[in-house]
Amino acid sequence: QIHQLAAQNGFELTMMVVGESGLGKSTLINSLFLADIYENGEYGKPGQRMPQTMEICRSTVKLEESGVELALTLVDTPGYGNAIDNSKCWSMILEEVDRAYEHYLDAESRINRTRIVDTRIHCCLYFLAPTGRGLKPLDIEFMKHLQHKVNIIPVIAKADTMTVEETQRQKKRVCEDLEKHEIRVYSFPMTDDDDDEDDATTDPQNLVPFAICSSTHELSVDGKAAFVRQYPWGIAEVENPSHSDFCQLRDLVIRTHLHHLITHTHEVLYEHYRSSKMQEMLPKSGNLQ
Amino acid sequence: QLVNKAMKRGFDFNILCIGETGIGKSTLMDSLFKREFGDQVHTHSEANVTVEKTKVALEEGGVNLRLTVVHSVGFGDQLDKDAKATEIISYIDQQYQQYLSEELKTDRNMVDLDDSRIHVCLYFIPPTGRSLKALDVAVLKELQHKVNIVPIIAKADTITPEELQRFKRQIRGEFAENEIEVFGLHDEDIQDDDPALGLPFSVIGSRETVIVNGETIRVRQYPWGLVEIENEEHSEFCKLREMLLRTHMERLRSRTHQKTYEAYRKAQMVEMGFADN
Ligand SMILES: Nc1nc2c(ncn2[C@@H]2O[C@H](COP(=O)(O)OP(=O)(O)OP(=O)(O)O)[C@@H](O)[C@H]2O)c(=O)[nH]1
Ligand SMILES: Nc1nc2c(ncn2[C@@H]2O[C@H](COP(=O)(O)OP(=O)(O)O)[C@@H](O)[C@H]2O)c(=O)[nH]1
Ligand SMILES: [Mg+2]
Repeated sequence: QIHQLAAQNGFELTMMVVGESGLGKSTLINSLFLADIYENGEYGKPGQRMPQTMEICRSTVKLEESGVELALTLVDTPGYGNAIDNSKCWSMILEEVDRAYEHYLDAESRINRTRIVDTRIHCCLYFLAPTGRGLKPLDIEFMKHLQHKVNIIPVIAKADTMTVEETQRQKKRVCEDLEKHEIRVYSFPMTDDDDDEDDATTDPQNLVPFAICSSTHELSVDGKAAFVRQYPWGIAEVENPSHSDFCQLRDLVIRTHLHHLITHTHEVLYEHYRSSKMQEMLPKSGNLQ
Repeated sequence: QLVNKAMKRGFDFNILCIGETGIGKSTLMDSLFKREFGDQVHTHSEANVTVEKTKVALEEGGVNLRLTVVHSVGFGDQLDKDAKATEIISYIDQQYQQYLSEELKTDRNMVDLDDSRIHVCLYFIPPTGRSLKALDVAVLKELQHKVNIVPIIAKADTITPEELQRFKRQIRGEFAENEIEVFGLHDEDIQDDDPALGLPFSVIGSRETVIVNGETIRVRQYPWGLVEIENEEHSEFCKLREMLLRTHMERLRSRTHQKTYEAYRKAQMVEMGFADN
């Protein structure tokens, strides 16, 4: 039913990218953008140099997927980790997440409610460095602060810098570290439409953390335009599943699990925020009596 | 006679590698010296920055080398990196101190002394295509007058040729801006056509080998291509090896003795209250 309603009004999804500086967050956002615009028949601009991101920046792109409209808002954030003392660097991101919740709570609590513009972050791609050594203390700290606030999807950035073996090893290490430090990331439920297929191979959970490669450099490969990273020894294609999990990730986020990401944010994460906000207000009202 | 004896004994060459965990320090050393040092694998969870060293004897171009490779461990992993590189610096100083104590002895034997002073510090810059981090600048500033710094761009197979050129320019600009003295770049003894002027070299390391035309080569194998670390179009690994082990080894050693060690010695002597008349 919700689905049908949304089919008329369209979906709104807000995705944020977070991670150390220089891991390719802005590049990914741009390739998501361009790739999708391109799918709708428009050409993106050829690759340009990506400047360092200095402030949080939102941009929205309208997509249409089998008759359903999707307003996809991408939130680019400045990378961190370059300073000497990085122990407080998550506060800016946390504030951004909270601000949206606060805005929603405020709008929801009004007496005269109008249609609420939903700016809440529905999913957060957390970028991990391709070091082959699992999580860094910075990542652990960051995800610990974010885990109850937002759906975290961990991704290993710059996957074109790891061999197949190294990628598998890093994925395993990351999973082990997440478990060890009791960090909860978004778990992809199985969707109805793939139950006729073999579970093990289609379970998206097996892909977590996604190893992705991104680029805004466009080149014609086999007669088709593709986003690539061009090295003297070969060409890594962003949308080639044997080079990177980019396509699967995009598919999961903006198609198969779109609805679940949104409802989980609304029903679990936002509710959690709301009830703790309410609790905070309780002692005050108690004093009044 | 003396020369022969020295030749036979070989000489000491000590390399210090500083770089983040997983940036490829151990792999590069294995590739440079074509052997397995068997370094321990560290994760990002070290509470402090420490050093770890391995010593081997080897022959390089007909000369016996007593090589010591010292690695930083846990560099750049802490949330608050304020303690920076105190352990690293104190390691460097300790080696100078050892040499100095021998030199000050009445009955000294400099010939048979194991010279453990660091002759070159390879500073691994991550291939972000961005700029140096605050930590890099702070540490390099502190190290620059203590050792010969040879900066390199690690894991260079992760950066395209255009990105690399821009990145090199960026880094050199930052060295100049922050007045960081780097071997080769700001060294007054270096000639106009010196290969060291091409620093920081972009290097790739690997333990994986394949056989091409009967020759064993070190490679990194990706689904979309084969990176050959000794291929000049792929990386400047060969340039680095030439420089460290052939063309500039002597210069690195003598500069250590005449400049960085001398500066240490002078400071210590002054501190101990010595004065020239
Ligand atoms: N090897 C490799 N390089 C990449 C990839 N994606 C981006 N890069 C390069 O990495 C550099 C940084 O990319 P950005 O997208 O600006 O990184 P960012 O995470 O937004 O950086 P900040 O804005 O500083 O946080 C650029 O030179 C990109 O070309 C990738 O998948 N593989
Ligand atoms: N892409 C790329 N990976 C590398 C390179 N050198 C090493 N690696 C990989 O990076 C990881 C860490 O390497 P290692 O030498 O142990 O790093 P260390 O902690 O600095 O000593 C390993 O998985 C290596 O295979 C390189 O030049 N390019
Ligand atoms: Mg950015």
